[in-house]
Amino acid sequence: MSQTAVAIPDVEIPPIPVAELAPWAGFVFLIAAIVLFFISADQGAVSIPSGNAIHEWVHDGRHLLGFPCH
Amino acid sequence: MTPRNFLVRGLIAGFIASLFSFGIAYSVGEPQVDAAIAVEQAAAPDEADGHDHHSHSHADDAGTEVSRDHQSTFGLATGILTVGTALGGVIGLASAFAVGRIGRLRPSQSTALVAVVGYVSFSLVPFLKYPSTPPAVGNGDTIGDRTLYYFVVQGIAILAAVAAVVVAHRLLDRIGTYRTVLAAAGGFLLVVVVTALAMPTVNELGDFPADTLWLFRLASLLTNATLWAGIGIILVGLIGRLYERETMTVARKDLAASL
Repeated sequence: MSQTAVAIPDVEIPPIPVAELAPWAGFVFLIAAIVLFFISADQGAVSIPSGNAIHEWVHDGRHLLGFPCH
Repeated sequence: MTPRNFLVRGLIAGFIASLFSFGIAYSVGEPQVDAAIAVEQAAAPDEADGHDHHSHSHADDAGTEVSRDHQSTFGLATGILTVGTALGGVIGLASAFAVGRIGRLRPSQSTALVAVVGYVSFSLVPFLKYPSTPPAVGNGDTIGDRTLYYFVVQGIAILAAVAAVVVAHRLLDRIGTYRTVLAAAGGFLLVVVVTALAMPTVNELGDFPADTLWLFRLASLLTNATLWAGIGIILVGLIGRLYERETMTVARKDLAASL
């Protein structure tokens, strides 16, 4: 038997079905990729939109998070 | 245990960890960014174009200027909070996928594994090949190449990590945990080392002062390590509690049904 009062019963842990995960994962990965693009690379190597306002605003974060900045 | 449970907890963990990471970046990193900008302006007054607060030398960019005060506070916070929260969400859902699929690991344990593997492949490996550079280091003409190199190494490291976990999953029942972990970690290491050797080396340092460079890179490493450690620790705690609560509910229901 378990040793402690709050021990978790030793049961099989059911995985979450892929079909249930897929829409969440697809949407979140998409959002994360967009966020990462604007914070890490936009208006450095490529510019959408043109200009440098985004680059300037997140400049220090880009350097300290380790992305190539300029 | 639903995707929603994991996503919400991942976002919360990401946001809170970002606050810690911002604290480190602001207190440890910003003095080095300022020191690097001072070097930049001392070295190239012609390039600095008379912008006394401008951090880098897009001298011909007639675009927006953001003051150093804003770059080092709100700007820095914007970058770290959005990246951190988004990463938290991704790590949360990756953990949701890992639950019950990695050996007999409990949900909190598989979540911890996701965070560790994620940190090594997403952050540490790219840093080791292409370490972060302070302002004043880096040729504007090569930013396209350097950005590409960075994301290629990061992409390969992430794919290698996923492949290592998939292979480990297959091997586990056949050769035992110890050998499986050795084989998977060794395979991952082999792929990323070969990749790092094959990718071009970037050295645009010139005569940038070594102490500022080292302290800046250390600060950058700490910023990312804080972010990932924060997400990992907070999410493991939240998932552990969630699982405990759910199993207790199930156990109580079983008990009630058996009476």
